[in-house]
Amino acid sequence: MDSSVIERIIDKHHGEAGSLIQILLDIQNELRWLPGAALEMVAEKLQVPMSRIQHTVTFYKAFSLVPKGRHEINLCMGTACHVRGATRILEMIETVTGLQPGETDADMKFSLDTVNCLGCCAIGPVMEIDEQHLGKLVPDRTAALLKKYD
Amino acid sequence: MINSLTELEQFRQGILSKKDPDGIRVSVCAGAGCLASGAGKIIAALNEEIEKQGMQDRVLVKGTGCPGFCERGPIVVIDPDEICYLQVKPKDVAAIVSKTLKEKKLIDRLLYAGPGKDEKTVREADIPFYKNQERNIIGNNIKIDPKCIDDYLALDGYSALAKVLFQMAPEQVVDEVKKSNLRGRGGGGFPTGIKWDAARNAPGDTKYVIVNADEGDPGAFMDRAVLEGNPHSILEGLIIGAYAIGAHEGYVYVRQEYPLALENVGIAIRQAEEYGLLGSNILGSGFDFKVKVHRGAGAFVCGEETALLLSLEGKPGEPRARPPFPATRGLWGKPTNINNVETWANIPLIVNNGADWFNQFGTGKSKGTKIFSLVGKIKNTGLVEVPMGVTLRDIVYKIGDGIPGGKKFKAVQTGGPAGGCIPEEHLDIAVDYDELAKVGAIMGSGGMIVMDEDTCMVDVARYFINFLAQESCGKCSPCREGLKQMQRILTNITEGNGKEGDIELLEELAMSTGSASLCALGRTAPNPVLSTIRYFRHEYEAHIREKRCPSYSCEKLVSYYIDPQACTACLLCLKNCATDAISGSRGQIHVIDQAKCTRCRSCYDVCPPHYGAVLRFSGESVPEPIPVERRTLVEKSKAI
Ligand SMILES: Cc1cc2nc3c(=O)[nH]c(=O)nc-3n(C[C@H](O)[C@H](O)[C@H](O)COP(=O)(O)O)c2cc1C
Ligand code: FES
Repeated sequence: MDSSVIERIIDKHHGEAGSLIQILLDIQNELRWLPGAALEMVAEKLQVPMSRIQHTVTFYKAFSLVPKGRHEINLCMGTACHVRGATRILEMIETVTGLQPGETDADMKFSLDTVNCLGCCAIGPVMEIDEQHLGKLVPDRTAALLKKYD
Repeated sequence: MINSLTELEQFRQGILSKKDPDGIRVSVCAGAGCLASGAGKIIAALNEEIEKQGMQDRVLVKGTGCPGFCERGPIVVIDPDEICYLQVKPKDVAAIVSKTLKEKKLIDRLLYAGPGKDEKTVREADIPFYKNQERNIIGNNIKIDPKCIDDYLALDGYSALAKVLFQMAPEQVVDEVKKSNLRGRGGGGFPTGIKWDAARNAPGDTKYVIVNADEGDPGAFMDRAVLEGNPHSILEGLIIGAYAIGAHEGYVYVRQEYPLALENVGIAIRQAEEYGLLGSNILGSGFDFKVKVHRGAGAFVCGEETALLLSLEGKPGEPRARPPFPATRGLWGKPTNINNVETWANIPLIVNNGADWFNQFGTGKSKGTKIFSLVGKIKNTGLVEVPMGVTLRDIVYKIGDGIPGGKKFKAVQTGGPAGGCIPEEHLDIAVDYDELAKVGAIMGSGGMIVMDEDTCMVDVARYFINFLAQESCGKCSPCREGLKQMQRILTNITEGNGKEGDIELLEELAMSTGSASLCALGRTAPNPVLSTIRYFRHEYEAHIREKRCPSYSCEKLVSYYIDPQACTACLLCLKNCATDAISGSRGQIHVIDQAKCTRCRSCYDVCPPHYGAVLRFSGESVPEPIPVERRTLVEKSKAI
């Protein structure tokens, strides 16, 4: 981990404890997870107890305490996608990748997460892989799509 | 820097005079839905083609906000003629440039087609989807490049702010908002003017105003469309509110899941600052106001106002009891006024057109228009803005064009996780705060999910309770434990493990969770359960007593079976089975191995309707597979 990255982010927010969430979000965006060492740096610089940081990072879903895989799958489980069969898509992804939502596989290929409404309900059920939207999913096509990633 | 009212008007005239009166403007929706269906490629291709054909001096291509007709995206509107092309693909671009832009000819296949094949609609406003709406707020989205403040100014943007700063006292502004009868669009429906008054009259010099752009309802994206598509309308409303209340600092609390909204709001704030519409001495009026953006970190409960305030202070967002209300004790303990995105976006319209104008839309105690996100089993998925009081039937059938695939309508769910399901028999109710409440639903923030005969209502209740159980902050036990127990019972029922008495137990749990919880998340949590029991009790009973899902939706209660009489051994289902649960070959009748089948329904969906060989069973066991020796297909004609 490059500590200058963390320092730069903390400085950007003037080291204010009130900006804790914003700082953690910036680190998460930069590193795609929150390594323990980064959290310790934040705790020290902002003079915030580690317990409060732990409380915060476990309370908010945007934070990940484990590294993410090469391909991040975000499957929409919003209501519109749900009534159009997102559960069956989820089960298919789980079968193909062996992952449950929130998990990353051992060789760091996929991370699976669910989100609520990607704002494109018209093409639901929809998932986002590496920021690309794949819509009108049906289980068998989803399985085929996933096989294309390495 | 614009330093006075006169300068603002001069500046506006400058923008308008720079517009080429004969110029062509091509607007491409660059909202989330259209981008997902390839709008980015269309914009790039248009620019390239226009340059290739040497038209760049006469044509301006703009990526704009979402006009709402997501179903037919990517959407391209060509002005001044208002030609509306739907479902445009990159390969259509060359023709659009050479035919429509150059030769002024229409491309038939890209126009909206009415029910009769020959009825083509050219103008956006004439398409039935739009014609039945009243688009006061989102109507401007397609006319504005949200990254360009001049586009907003060209449409009279910030004239309401100027009016307020130079012609109205703060009390007058509050009075006008009170008279408009505007109610909060974020879910609670509290009268906005009264809330402003409370914050204005609260003692203290430091006050805050906040835009609640946390939009957590899972299946709704109205606020997103305004944030992404017309951010200045929200900022203008916010500055007006700050002036009325006496605040000099404000926040826009945007969920981080909306990167484009964050980007566009950020740009809008910077541009407004550069123009002197934000910051110190706004437009030379002496009024100071600055705005910061705060990203939410993914917690539904942070949309609740007291949780949102804590989150703004950098803490985990756990709601607290009210009173004291934010109007007296809000951010950092100071008087604070929080309104929803759409509430703020209504303010400039009310200031400019007056409370009387606003009151002409709507019914008794619900005035103005409301944006709904019409989604689910509906032909025209999209955002619709209608005056309060239109009937649900009009929204579903006139605007939404009904249910796709010839399926039967079952219910509309309104109001998000705190809302309820409305069945067919109540489709004629007027959509306003009071009428929706009467049938056990709520207006909420504007989610409207249409469900058809294939949607299981027990599963819908389970879905929402599941969502709420995950999102409950856990601070108070009625909500934390009540939701967990309801979730357990509902899951049991949908998996075929329901027992007699479960419905009554659910009702009891729902009542106690609803009455004893700390915040509205828990207090409204019973709604999805109670409203589905109220109208669809028979579905609960079928699950519990017969282990049958009448909609064939609950996987654990459904099995698939290939009818040997109807199977033509066409291999289609076999090839589409992702788990290789189907055996057979050409000439060999296909058979599903029930042990391997994951009930993904792919076989049922791909089997051509005129064969109809894949059958569904629920509440009864599937027939034994046909013995191996009888699987060879005998050609029907020979068999006779
Ligand atoms: C669990 C929960 C989630 C909420 N989420 C939102 C939200 O995402 N957006 C919103 O504007 N209001 C939300 N609200 C309502 C807010 O608490 C508050 O009433 C609203 O922002 C006030 O603005 P309005 O008067 O303009 O509607 C939520 C309330 C609860 C209880
Ligand atoms: S619910 Fe999935 S995109 Fe809206």
